Order: sequence, then structure tokens, then C-alpha cells
Amino acid sequence: MKVQQLTKQYDGKAVVDGVTFEIPKGKVLSLIGPNGAGKSTVMGMISRLIARDAGLVDFDGRDIAKWKSKELSKRLAILTQSNQIQMKLTVRELVAFGRFPYSAGRNTPEDETIIDQAISYMELEPFQDRFIDELSGGQRQRAMIAMVIAQDTEYILLDEPTNNLDIYHATNMMKIVRRLCDELGKTVILVLHEINYAAFYSDYICAFRDGKIAKFGTVKEVMTREVLSQIYQVDFEIMEIEGKPLSIYY
Amino acid sequence: MLIDKRRSRAQKEESTIKRYLTTILLSLFLLILSVWSLFIGVIDLELSTLLNGNLEQLKIFLVSRLPRLLAILCTGVGMSVAGLIMQQLCRNKFVSPTTGATISSAQFGILLALLFMPNSTLWGRALFAFAAAILGTWIFVWFIQRIRFKDVIMVPLVGIMFGNVIGGITNYLAYQYEMTQALSTWLVGHFSLVVRGRFELVYLIVPLVILAFLFANHFNIVGMGKDFSKNLGVPYNLVLFAGLSIAAMITASVVVIVGSISYIGLIVPNLVAMFKGDRIRGTLVDTALFGAIFVLACDMLARVVIAPYELPIELIVGILGSILFVGLLLYRLRRGNKAIRLGSAHSGGCAAAVSQVEGGDGA
Repeated sequence: MKVQQLTKQYDGKAVVDGVTFEIPKGKVLSLIGPNGAGKSTVMGMISRLIARDAGLVDFDGRDIAKWKSKELSKRLAILTQSNQIQMKLTVRELVAFGRFPYSAGRNTPEDETIIDQAISYMELEPFQDRFIDELSGGQRQRAMIAMVIAQDTEYILLDEPTNNLDIYHATNMMKIVRRLCDELGKTVILVLHEINYAAFYSDYICAFRDGKIAKFGTVKEVMTREVLSQIYQVDFEIMEIEGKPLSIYY
Repeated sequence: MLIDKRRSRAQKEESTIKRYLTTILLSLFLLILSVWSLFIGVIDLELSTLLNGNLEQLKIFLVSRLPRLLAILCTGVGMSVAGLIMQQLCRNKFVSPTTGATISSAQFGILLALLFMPNSTLWGRALFAFAAAILGTWIFVWFIQRIRFKDVIMVPLVGIMFGNVIGGITNYLAYQYEMTQALSTWLVGHFSLVVRGRFELVYLIVPLVILAFLFANHFNIVGMGKDFSKNLGVPYNLVLFAGLSIAAMITASVVVIVGSISYIGLIVPNLVAMFKGDRIRGTLVDTALFGAIFVLACDMLARVVIAPYELPIELIVGILGSILFVGLLLYRLRRGNKAIRLGSAHSGGCAAAVSQVEGGDGA
């Protein structure tokens, strides 16, 4: 999956300006940057949720806009922050919607097996008949991930998955992301605010500033004092913990 | 492991029975009520004389009683299903044909038909009503999507206001062209004019409800938002407007035949969702059955209260409905958006607390 010269303007102001990068397959890629740097917009354009003004998103050799939405939904899944579900659905009913691109609502026994697996992978069996609005934030987030697992796509895009979660649940979320990549072989792309989560749990980082890519590279390449202080305009110290560069900012 | 599996299978069977239990009970109740309603009216019908082939009685039965029952059933099913669809698609529990300007638009359409095609048939009027109802509902939804109200109560309020504006125009035109008398039939719903040959249009509701059932999952997904539907490859705008059109056409069919019947589309889906959740495939049949029961019970009441005369059903539904609506409003407001939780998850409060604890070490 390649992104070339991606541009998006709102009211004549470019929020994303000539962004070009390639998404490494089977890895975890985190998009970081200050507020308004354009990372969520980039993710929206990659996932066809937001229309682009210029540039190209090449998915499997074909422009993403030329894909049939239904075909694409078997290959690429996205969870956004707007997925605040207020509906009284059970966890299982929600996860079952992940099979919609395949079965259009008439689930076969195979679909049911996949749903079962997704639920047990996210350790949601005890809650599967519980209504979503009765669950805690962390459980709800896991239910959403289970749905994406049931959707069975190669690419999983998550827009700020740790948002509104406490440290315990946020860390668990990141561990799940790692498992999606390591155990299930998914390519995961995340928008993250917490850079240390990005540093500890991803393989690559793409850092944005003012709608442009400030730095794209492996975690070690991006997590340096110079790069981070230039992006965020605050002082950084980098420390190595468990072989991973983590940052302290103040 | 094996025991586990066996137990889960037993649980599954038990839950299947449980799931269909309400549907079965509702069907039985509706059946009893339907048969009973056939024998309520000014002229006493006796089952024995009917079976003996008394022509007079058979005629009343076939020309008046049976059509009336069928019209009532279609109305109840149609209005509640239309309400269910609208609530899901608009992501707002207070949207319905009444609070979404659909009914008043349909009435406006009928007036236009009366004005421009004075000799129009029932079907001609229905066509006008369909077009106006669909258009009015679209405009309303387009509007609320544009504005994005923070408060859920604002949406039905705007809908009621919008409906009143349309109703005002309708009334003004009716006065201007001395149509008030003719129009009044469609303003207050009643079943007393439903006889054979004058109500068959209401059958249109049957295929429309089946269509709604087939697209139930689409409506559910669209009800979860634009990003959610796009992720699953569901064309958001197409499903949204197709669904609204189905709801509007159902409503218009009812308005053309029996006139305006408010509140059913609002109250019935909400009451059923309290017990059965929001998955349309799981609630649609129950919603339809309960809607039919509600309208039938109200109509029987309307026939009995001042017998041998009868009240317009809109009066009974209006009184019962507004009381229930106020109750619903207060309940929702007091308990927040996730309030409605009775029946199935009886121990709502403590279940949530337990799940928090379980989530703590289970994650």
C-alpha cells in the first residue's frame, strides 16, 4: 500500500500537504504528531472515509477510490473515534456485523465459527450476550476489535484506539495491537497521541507536522531528541528501556 | 470440556426458546384479540348464526368487520415498523412519523391532490401522498444532519415544528379553497369508513414491511454511523434515503386510508427495544405484532366507550400515547441515553458493576 502526494484542503488551507510514504506489510505503523498535524486526515484518506483533493492511494496496485467499497471492506478495516455506539446491541451481535461484507447479514455456520473465534480471541465469551452499553470502556473497545477480527482483513486501521482509556486498558489495547500483527499477521496502522506507546509497540513511526511528514522511519530512527523536539517544540530526553527508546518530555 | 459444550448447547436452546417466547405470546394475544374484535360493533354478530350461513350477518362480516380488522392490523404493523426504521436511521429514539414531519407531509400531499386533481382516485391521492411524505422526510433528515444537534431532544422538537409549519400551510390552503371539510377525514384517524373496496391500498404495507425486514441489517449498520457503514462496505446515503422512503411510503399508505394516527411509531418501537434491544432482525416482528395489538386494543376501546357510537381512534391513541410518551421522556431524561434496560438484563446496575470487576482481571 502506497501513498503518493496526498493532499487535503479545508477552506483553502492545506491540512495534508503532499504526503508520500509506503506502508510496510505485516508491521505496526504508528502515525504521530501534534494536534492538527493531519495524521487522522491521512488515515481517513487511506481508508476511503475522507475524499482526497489530490494525490494517490495505491492499494494492491489499484487506486483506492476505484475499489468497490464492499471488496475493500474484506481487505481493509477501520475503527474511528466516531464509533461511539449508543445502540442496544449485544457484543455478539456487534461482532457478527464484521461478517457483513461476506454474508450480507445471512451468516453461514462458517461465519458463526469465525465470530466465535474472534470473541474468544478477545476474551469476550463471558460478555457475549451482554449489551454493549453495559460494558466498560475497555471491554467495549475490545468488542470493536473483535468485530474487526471477524471482518478478517489484511489491513487494520485504528484511529486513536487508546483514547478515553485508562493506563491499564490503554496498555492492554496496545498489547492487543501487537498480537494482531505478530499472531494474526495483520498490517496495523494507528493514530496515536501517546508517543511512548508508539515507540514501544510499533515497528515504524510516521511523524507529522503541519500537514507534512516530518520523519518516517523505524522506531529508533524517529525516536531521537532532535526529531521529537523539532516536531513537538518541547524538550525531550530519550531513555532506553527493554531495548526500546522511550521519551521523557517536560 | 465436553460438559462445558453440553451446557452451552443447553443454554443456547434455552435462549432460543426465550428469544421466541415473546413473539409467540404476542402472536397468540393478537389472534385472540382479532377474533374478539370481529364481534364488537353496532350489530351483534353471533358465531353460530354466521356459521349457519345467515347472509345478512355474513355480509356485515365480509364488508365491514373483516376489512376493518385487516386495516387495523396493517396500520399497527406499518406505523410501528416505520417508526422503528426512522429511529434507527436517524440515531434518535424520539424520531417517528409524527415527530419527523412524515404524517403532515402526507396530508399536504393529499390536499395537493384534492386541489389539482379534484376527480383523482384513491390511488392518485396516494401517489401525491407518497411523493410528499418521502420529500418531507428527506428534507427533515437532511436538515437534522446538517445542524447536528447536541441534545437528542432537539431533533424531535425541530421535527414537530417542521411538521406544524407544513400543517399550517395545509390548513391555510384548505381554508382558501374551502377544503377543510374534505380534508378533515385525513387529519383525524379513524377506521369507521373502512369498508371493502375503500381500504385495499393499505395492503401495500405488507410488501414494504417485508422489504424492511430484508434490509434490517443494512438499517442497523447505517444507524451506527457513516464511518461504521463505510468500513463494512454499506453505501450510507443510499440505504439512509431508501430506508426513509420505505418508512414514508408506509406512513403515507396509512394516512391515505385511515388518516393521521400519531404516537404509535414513537412508542411501540421504544417499548419493544426496552426488552429486546436494537437489532432490527430481532425486534422487527415483535414491534410489528405489538403495534398491531396496540392499535387494535385502542380501536376496540373506541368502539365500546360510547357505543353504539364510536370515537375516532386518534383520540384514544392520542390520550394513551401522550401519557406513555411523557413517561418515556421522563424515564430517558432521568436515566441518560442508556437508560432503557428492563426485562432481559434485569440486574442492569449490578451487572455493570460486576463486569467492571471481571474486566479488571479478565483483560
